[in-house]
Amino acid sequence: MAGGAASGGSARTDTYREARHWLLLPSWVVLIFLILIPVLMMLVYSFLTKEFRGGVIWEFSLDAYDQFFFNRGLFGDEPPSIEWTYITIFWRSIWQAGAATILSLVIGFPTAYFIATRPEKVRPMWVFLITIPYWVNLLIRTVSMKFVLRDQGPLNDFLLWTGLIDSPLHIVNTNFAVQLGLFYSYLPFMVLPIYASVERYNFALSEAASDLYAGKWVTLRRILLPAVKPGVIAGCILVFVPSLGSFLAPDLLGGAKNFMIGSLIEEQFKGNAGNWPFGAAASMILLSMVLIILIVFARQQARAEKGGA
Amino acid sequence: MKHLTQFTAAAAMALALGAQAAQAEGKVVVYHWFEYMPAELLEKFTEETGIEVVMDTFDSNEALLASLKAGAIGTYDVAVPGDYMVKIMAGEGMLDTIADGELANKGNIQEEWADPSFDPGRQHSIPYQWGSTSFMVNRDVYQGDINTTDILFNPPAELSGKINMLDSQGEVIAMASLHMGIPQCSTDREQLKALNAMLQEAKQHWASFNSDTAKEVLVSGDAAVGQIYDGFGAKARQEGANVEYAFPKEGYVVWMDNVVLLKDAPNRDNALKFMDFLLEPENIAAVTNYARYSSGVVGTKEFLDPELSTQPESNPPAEAGKGAFIEVCDEETQKVYDQIWTNLKK
Amino acid sequence: MGRRFDIKHVPGFLPVTILCLVVLYAPLLVVTIYSLNDSNSITNWEGVSLRWYADVFTGPEAEKFKLAAWNSFTIAIIAATVSTSIATLAATAMVRGGRFRLRTVSFGLISMPLMVPEIVTAVATLIFFNSIGFTRGYSSILLAHIAFCIPFAYMPIAARMQGIEDSYEQAALDLYATKRQAFTRILLPMMVPGIISGYLLAFIISLDDFIITNFVKGAGIETLPTAIFGSVKQGIKPNIMAISTMLLALSILMVTISYFVSKSDKKT
Repeated sequence: MAGGAASGGSARTDTYREARHWLLLPSWVVLIFLILIPVLMMLVYSFLTKEFRGGVIWEFSLDAYDQFFFNRGLFGDEPPSIEWTYITIFWRSIWQAGAATILSLVIGFPTAYFIATRPEKVRPMWVFLITIPYWVNLLIRTVSMKFVLRDQGPLNDFLLWTGLIDSPLHIVNTNFAVQLGLFYSYLPFMVLPIYASVERYNFALSEAASDLYAGKWVTLRRILLPAVKPGVIAGCILVFVPSLGSFLAPDLLGGAKNFMIGSLIEEQFKGNAGNWPFGAAASMILLSMVLIILIVFARQQARAEKGGA
Repeated sequence: MKHLTQFTAAAAMALALGAQAAQAEGKVVVYHWFEYMPAELLEKFTEETGIEVVMDTFDSNEALLASLKAGAIGTYDVAVPGDYMVKIMAGEGMLDTIADGELANKGNIQEEWADPSFDPGRQHSIPYQWGSTSFMVNRDVYQGDINTTDILFNPPAELSGKINMLDSQGEVIAMASLHMGIPQCSTDREQLKALNAMLQEAKQHWASFNSDTAKEVLVSGDAAVGQIYDGFGAKARQEGANVEYAFPKEGYVVWMDNVVLLKDAPNRDNALKFMDFLLEPENIAAVTNYARYSSGVVGTKEFLDPELSTQPESNPPAEAGKGAFIEVCDEETQKVYDQIWTNLKK
Repeated sequence: MGRRFDIKHVPGFLPVTILCLVVLYAPLLVVTIYSLNDSNSITNWEGVSLRWYADVFTGPEAEKFKLAAWNSFTIAIIAATVSTSIATLAATAMVRGGRFRLRTVSFGLISMPLMVPEIVTAVATLIFFNSIGFTRGYSSILLAHIAFCIPFAYMPIAARMQGIEDSYEQAALDLYATKRQAFTRILLPMMVPGIISGYLLAFIISLDDFIITNFVKGAGIETLPTAIFGSVKQGIKPNIMAISTMLLALSILMVTISYFVSKSDKKT
């Protein structure tokens, strides 16, 4: 117990074990009806035959998965080879979402930490300050962001004025703009969970550790890091996972010259062609990919806890 | 709190009865593009007929289709799909047939729009507005001849890397087909391969695919060339950008939005009254003045904003190429075009 | 003492925080400035005017946007409240309920709304609602929002709870408090920052949602995002900027009020 209190992290217990199923019941009911059943329907759809221009025909088919993994040429009559198109799109999205997550963490962590170390009275003010911009619609925020980043926009004007650069930085319609778009879409989702986990942190402990001549980095690593870990993990999940399927902000800023997973899937349901089984299959592949990562992760955490206890 | 009760009541009703709420009388449910109809006109309709207009909006022809396919059909009376979507929806059996004599004002439809290829004999639809999709060029950046599709697909050096395309498969590929002089639903393998290669090559000159801010990128100067609808283009010009709308000699895309009678319309009679209302020259002219496109109804001239008749975006020069509707391909052909689009954006 | 390291004041964190705020607010400054533009365009500046603010209240779309704003806010408040409550209960079970078989499954279920692309949830939910004959409208939007807000509320709440040692609750239990009392009097008050964070995230997620709302909303009902996305199809006009600026002003006003209320609370 002492160790747990000192680290302040992972204080999982079984205080409410008798009530746990009741406590979970409302979330199960809501999520089973409104998420699980629709997702299972999509799973079924991914194994059905596509109906031209949207919809499905109730006949079993593996075409959707075949299309995802095998390339049969422009006319569909060449011998199958591995299809790199969709793997490339997935890889691009993962890479962009990962970069955006790191960017959010680099900016978001110090911010959250700074807020958590303010006097208690002003902390809620700071938290609100982070979320206020999100009252403005994403589309409007993104269009304005684009305006700021333009070649002749305020950012370039400012940088030219300071003499840091000689010619305007070209940011809009680049990969970096996509990452900025994702970063800007989800920043509070990084800051708030980290803030929530650091806020309670007993800073006296690290001061004590510091008094005992523990080095700066030792203090950080052994005492602070375990305390903020749950918040960092939650924040990374909340930024990374939605970024994977997001397309509006990255498309507007990045120029939409290449599909992201989100726009690829959107196109299957709302595009010219309307290939619902393929859209469903791509979603299921995305879903299982993320699910596997999260579950492996949760398992590892559980094991670490068991080891620590 | 009121809404919470509403919510509980609605939830209880849906779960207990599993039934649709009864449609009240005196309504017409319209599925429309947003901001495509002036509010005063809706009020006028309600005043004249006592029928209340319930409006829902969609953001693309394909979104309209997806929503109806997912089961929303039977809840709307009329919708306003574009030309090729009328044909698709008719093919899907989503449209009701308007019998002879059911529309009093059917004779008001201009002759050239009375028997369009996408709805022969106007069995399901009436014209709403029509216009063209071409592109605009910033005249400060480029002073040469712009009336050629080379501007988009094989641009001069000044324009390379400054081109915004619409993020829409139909519009991009139709324009590309016109550029190459091949049919829109080609089954010729060599033509299709060439189209695929041409688009790959052209993409290197494009800065972005963007429909939502197609007008803004032109006005701000972020793009020197932008694919755009004519009415939108007129607005971009009026906002002060030195841009000119092109009518390429190779041809350009023409579109027409139409009011269709949906199958299983809960208020069919009111829907017909609504359609009749929109065939009155004065009423449809109000839409034209608002949206800056053109109507397909006779006798609107006296009600139109005089500026419209000289608007360069709606008055192609004599040497302009032909306007072409986006065509509807069959399943096998469409599959290849989808593949070409995916190749372009992968 | 020269080696002493003050962990509360890490050098460099203040500038990063300022950078963070600049990044967050710079685009909004643009929104505010261009809401005062006397032009029809958002990109050309033609002098200062309040005409677009007048337009918001008296223009042809005034009624529509007013209704849309009302719908958006009531839905966001109810959805955030319900999903935060559900998430708090779920987090208690997950963090304070010991190890049990359904925990991993529950975690997967709770994070599922995050993992499925919105368009898929949108189409699937629409098909589902239609197949059970559920009439689309205000209630269908609300239900869908409650569901996908849950993970956004859950993550900060659970992260927070993992950081609270259970010694406080144990002490209360040792003093013959019931578990319910330990939960409501000890754990919940300590959870406040996590719950506020979760609530705010759920609120902004609901307020900003377009794709799902657009599919499940049904005829005759708009929320702010669907109204804004729709109107943008005809070009972005400064009236949207004016609406956004007023929303900002409203949120700042509410924050200021809550700040002063909490301040006066503490004095008494």
